[in-house]
Amino acid sequence: MNDVISTIFNINTLAAAIRMATPIALAAMGGAFSERSGIINIGLEGMILIGAFAGVLGSFYTGSPWFGVFLAMVAGGLLGAIFALFTIKFKADHVVAGVGLNILTLGFTTWLMQILWGSRGTSPNVNGLKEISIPVLKDIPVIGKLLGTQSPLVYLMFILVFSGWVLLFKTPLGLRIRITGEHPEAADTLGINIKGIQYFSVILSGILSGLGGVYLSLGHLNWFSMNMSAGRGYMALAANIFGQWNPLGGLAASFLFSFTDAIQMRLQSLNIGIASELIQMLPYLLTIVVLAGAVVRSRPPEALGKHYETGK
Amino acid sequence: MPEGVKVINRLKNLSGISDLIYSLIAIIIALLIGAVLIFVSGYNVIDAYYNLFYGAFGNIYNLSQTLLKTTPLIFTGLAVAIGFKTGLFNIGGEGQLYWGALATAIVALTFSNLNSFILIPLSLLAGALVGGIWGAIPGYLRAKTGAHEVITTIMLNYIGILATTFLLKNYFKEPGPVDQTALIPEAARLTELIPYTRLTWAIFLGVFVIIIIDLLFKKTSLGYDLQAVGENPAAAEYAGIRPEKMIVFSMIISGAVAGLAGSTMVMGVLHRFITNFSPGYGFTGIAVAVLGRNKPWGVLLAALLFGALEAGGMSMQLFAKIPMDLMTIVQGLVILFVAAPALIQILSEVFKKSRGGGYSE
Repeated sequence: MNDVISTIFNINTLAAAIRMATPIALAAMGGAFSERSGIINIGLEGMILIGAFAGVLGSFYTGSPWFGVFLAMVAGGLLGAIFALFTIKFKADHVVAGVGLNILTLGFTTWLMQILWGSRGTSPNVNGLKEISIPVLKDIPVIGKLLGTQSPLVYLMFILVFSGWVLLFKTPLGLRIRITGEHPEAADTLGINIKGIQYFSVILSGILSGLGGVYLSLGHLNWFSMNMSAGRGYMALAANIFGQWNPLGGLAASFLFSFTDAIQMRLQSLNIGIASELIQMLPYLLTIVVLAGAVVRSRPPEALGKHYETGK
Repeated sequence: MPEGVKVINRLKNLSGISDLIYSLIAIIIALLIGAVLIFVSGYNVIDAYYNLFYGAFGNIYNLSQTLLKTTPLIFTGLAVAIGFKTGLFNIGGEGQLYWGALATAIVALTFSNLNSFILIPLSLLAGALVGGIWGAIPGYLRAKTGAHEVITTIMLNYIGILATTFLLKNYFKEPGPVDQTALIPEAARLTELIPYTRLTWAIFLGVFVIIIIDLLFKKTSLGYDLQAVGENPAAAEYAGIRPEKMIVFSMIISGAVAGLAGSTMVMGVLHRFITNFSPGYGFTGIAVAVLGRNKPWGVLLAALLFGALEAGGMSMQLFAKIPMDLMTIVQGLVILFVAAPALIQILSEVFKKSRGGGYSE
């Protein structure tokens, strides 16, 4: 039993959890921007998926994983723009449109995979991103093991989440985003371009989710597989709620999810007599428990999910 | 005229467009975008859509395959529509149908010595009951804690599929390499309408359930209460309806209907429970409900359409070699377009202008 515990709860599990938190935390921050501006973004799942796909596509054709990263952000941003167009201009119900977008993306990526590579399952191997070592950091005990050598996207995630927090809570633009989602009438009276703010926030959420997606396909793997996002967009949404629509809170919640996921993977490899199906349930169960327990004290932005028309 | 009044008038005009025409426009746009994708990928569009149409309606056998694919979609589409009526978005049809299917198979195998008249209703009941229980969980969580059902039902899909696989493997598996139960007894199987087509009278059961749900919403006070909560929870509560109770009820009924999708698959098509048997009927049900505008009879028409796309899509893949995933794309597009009322309005204005020389007011 002690063996089991020491195999599960060790520094490698923590390092894995940091890696696995990266896509969820990026998408959760996307959710924070979108929802702070009043747009419920169930489409995060599709945005992660298109990012994962576009990354492999870019790396496949140019051989450069960094071009893949760029393409993933473009693709995620484009999908964000489409989602923004439907929810803001065409007044689609946010949740229904988001689910539609996710189904569309799943079909589209699988279709393209079959057209381009003749397989619905997985893409060919491409160049993935290489891990980098941070000189001084990697020699510090514990921290060095956790953060010394990681994918560049992991470091980027930490920088972006912190910048996102600054942008949302410490700048005039962030204030405008929050007012738009909280009280669009007041924002309108102050002369804030509500739709502009919402387009900006939703497109940004697409770019961030696309970046999260490319971490899945090029971060420590080097291929794309069908439905690679596997519910992470919904977990990100739950992490965003648990994190109180705050990028830093979202990161903490994402870490909780990914830690469970990392434990789950370790338990499976240990063969301790618990059926793998039951172990695999852990992250999904945790999402439900967190969501059911958290909402008591969280309060979503006041105008979330509503359509606002200037002057109405 | 102030801008706000204009918008309100526009929305009024919009509700004047009948739901049917509205849905048709959405389908046509989706199929047009599909055609563009087929063309861009270097395939022959006419060849593709001919095979799609012929594969769905070309002869009696193809038509029967369309109806076969329609049957589970009636149940899963209806399940989503029932939730919508109460303002809930049940994405958990997939998990609910797996539970329904497993429960049906277990009951049919356990009571295999009973005769059809008892065993068939009993097996169906088991599927509906267990599907309903699985649906009750996100309903209860939503009512008690506010946990959004979109996320909880999706998580419960993963958990449901894993849990049914776990139960199957450990307690009900037939010896052999495939994770499946033994075949259910003849007495629990639904009879085929046309030999060798696997099309059974399950489709009539689907229509029957549509009638029941339609009556529930139109003629009963429970149906009225459910819809009142969907339209305005605060007003419903003021009128003495308990929204929490209605949310749980709605999810139980919704889950039970989705469970029946699994039951009829086991009793009519597979004759056993097999892991991962559903190609996503629960998710296609979302498209069916949205396209059917959450009306029971609308769901029937939409299920027919998606059944046809599914059956036709298979022959399109077989004969024109075009990936069937195109149908998933069409489904996603249909949901997006039906969800966006202002888009159709803008399109119809553009259309009017191009015909009427700019006199759109």
